[in-house]
Amino acid sequence: MVSLYYLLPLYVMVVTSLKGMPEIRMGNVFGPPMEITFQPWVKAWSEACTGINCDGLSRGFGNSVRILIPSIFLSIVIASINGYALSNWKFKGSEAFFTILIIGAFIPYQTMLYPIVIMLREIGLMGSIWGLVLVHTVFGMPILTLLFRNYFASVPEELFKAARVDGAGFWQIYFQIMIPMALPIFVVAIILQVTGIWNDFLFGVIYTKPSTYPMTVQLNNIVNSVQGVKEYNVNMAATLLTGLVPLIIYFASGKLFVRGIAAGAVKG
Amino acid sequence: MMTVSSEPSVQHAKRPSRLFKNWMSKLASLPMILTALVVFVGGTAWTVTYSFTGSRMLPKTKWVGLDQYERLWETDRWIISIKNLAIYGSCSMILTLVLGFSLAACLDRKIRFESAFRSIFLYPFALSFVVTGLVWQWILNPNFGLQNVVRNWGWESFTFNPLNDPNTVIYGLLIAGLWQGTGLIMCIMLAGLRGIDEDIWKAAKVDGIGTVKTYVVVIIPMMRPIFITALVLIASGIIKLYDLVVAQTGGGPGLSSEVPAKYVIEYMFRAQNLGQGFAASTMMLCSVAIILIPWAYLEFGGRKRG
Repeated sequence: MVSLYYLLPLYVMVVTSLKGMPEIRMGNVFGPPMEITFQPWVKAWSEACTGINCDGLSRGFGNSVRILIPSIFLSIVIASINGYALSNWKFKGSEAFFTILIIGAFIPYQTMLYPIVIMLREIGLMGSIWGLVLVHTVFGMPILTLLFRNYFASVPEELFKAARVDGAGFWQIYFQIMIPMALPIFVVAIILQVTGIWNDFLFGVIYTKPSTYPMTVQLNNIVNSVQGVKEYNVNMAATLLTGLVPLIIYFASGKLFVRGIAAGAVKG
Repeated sequence: MMTVSSEPSVQHAKRPSRLFKNWMSKLASLPMILTALVVFVGGTAWTVTYSFTGSRMLPKTKWVGLDQYERLWETDRWIISIKNLAIYGSCSMILTLVLGFSLAACLDRKIRFESAFRSIFLYPFALSFVVTGLVWQWILNPNFGLQNVVRNWGWESFTFNPLNDPNTVIYGLLIAGLWQGTGLIMCIMLAGLRGIDEDIWKAAKVDGIGTVKTYVVVIIPMMRPIFITALVLIASGIIKLYDLVVAQTGGGPGLSSEVPAKYVIEYMFRAQNLGQGFAASTMMLCSVAIILIPWAYLEFGGRKRG
């Protein structure tokens, strides 16, 4: 069955990560572990080496979390305000800027990589976690803005007009009417950003330095390092650990995840 | 930015200056305006401009015309990258559409455990390309992986070692890429199939048209917009192909699995040859434009998008 093709890698990751090295050398990649050991997981988390650092994936995990939380907060706050301004407070040129933003989502990142290096260097954030947060905020903006704009556009206009008649201003309407109504869309946005930012490799490898590498970059360096004996069980444990966060999000969110990617589908 | 304005903006609307009309909205949109103009437009224009210079370690304005492009198309590595992308792209395009549609069609036939199957097909999409690449690198490992298992079953001469053969390495990447990406296309197709009226099926039954034929002759033409969206999605994903290659093969063996996105990054950040990187990324931009402009034209009938 086709499901086998989809399930096999997950299964192989799990069984390999629970085997000892002698059992792996015997060579049955699909066999269940005869002796379950959690040693590879411990090693992947706290001892695996990248270059001279031997403190395992825990550092990458910490970096990824420290990148993820401010990125999500910043990108969603900015995008929701953008979407709100675009649907309720249109001004001359607002649609033009939005169009540029959406077209920008299709431009290959490679064309913008180097100018951003220069910008980050100018403001002194190159190589730091905050630099990467800024980059994620910028590149998350098109899709999130689209998401919020479409949602706010579907809110009945009478509601907005009534609030205006009552004398509510830009921020009052945003905080007291729009945010409480948009909670489900905030959840979709969070799901979209968690998986997107956690899985990012390109920006991480370019805008950070070894001490601030996110988990994906560190994982790649651990597994694809040329020195030392290859410990496949540790590698698979590390891979599984890195995949765990988006997997948990995926299985916990169910239908909302599908809704998120359906929205993301517009972006590409 | 978060301060609540106590004055109703109606007052501001009465001001004579047009710039201050609706000023809070403009102020709040400033991050968007800056992103659009400075990063997207500015950054792209900057890269395209500097692709005509002889920049090496640092960007400089020594104009060399089209030299960088000439050199680019004379570099073997770039030619290999383009060829690889063409093979990977065309296979991935066709197989993703066929697989994605077939899976969606199967799920649409109201089978049992539909949601379980959907989760199974879609979960790889939640994983990163790095994770995908590393898992498949392990499964396709010649000494311990699939090849070895089949040999142990008694088929001694069985050979399946795509990642270490320059001629087949790209198909090894394809196996991993399809695993990760088909779920998304399936989901989009399924949404499209669900939107098709039940009566169409009834009518086809009355006319005595078979199930497969109904799909090919009636349903697929009806789903044209969905297919176009899927195509644009797959295509923009293919051009961005980078992480998967780095994780699964590192571009090897030799240069046999290099791709354009990797070429750009290698030249910009490792080989200290910025001009080449800029020229290569401009070529990538052109290829996206070639795909997107006809699509935008079809989809939006020539009017402004957004």
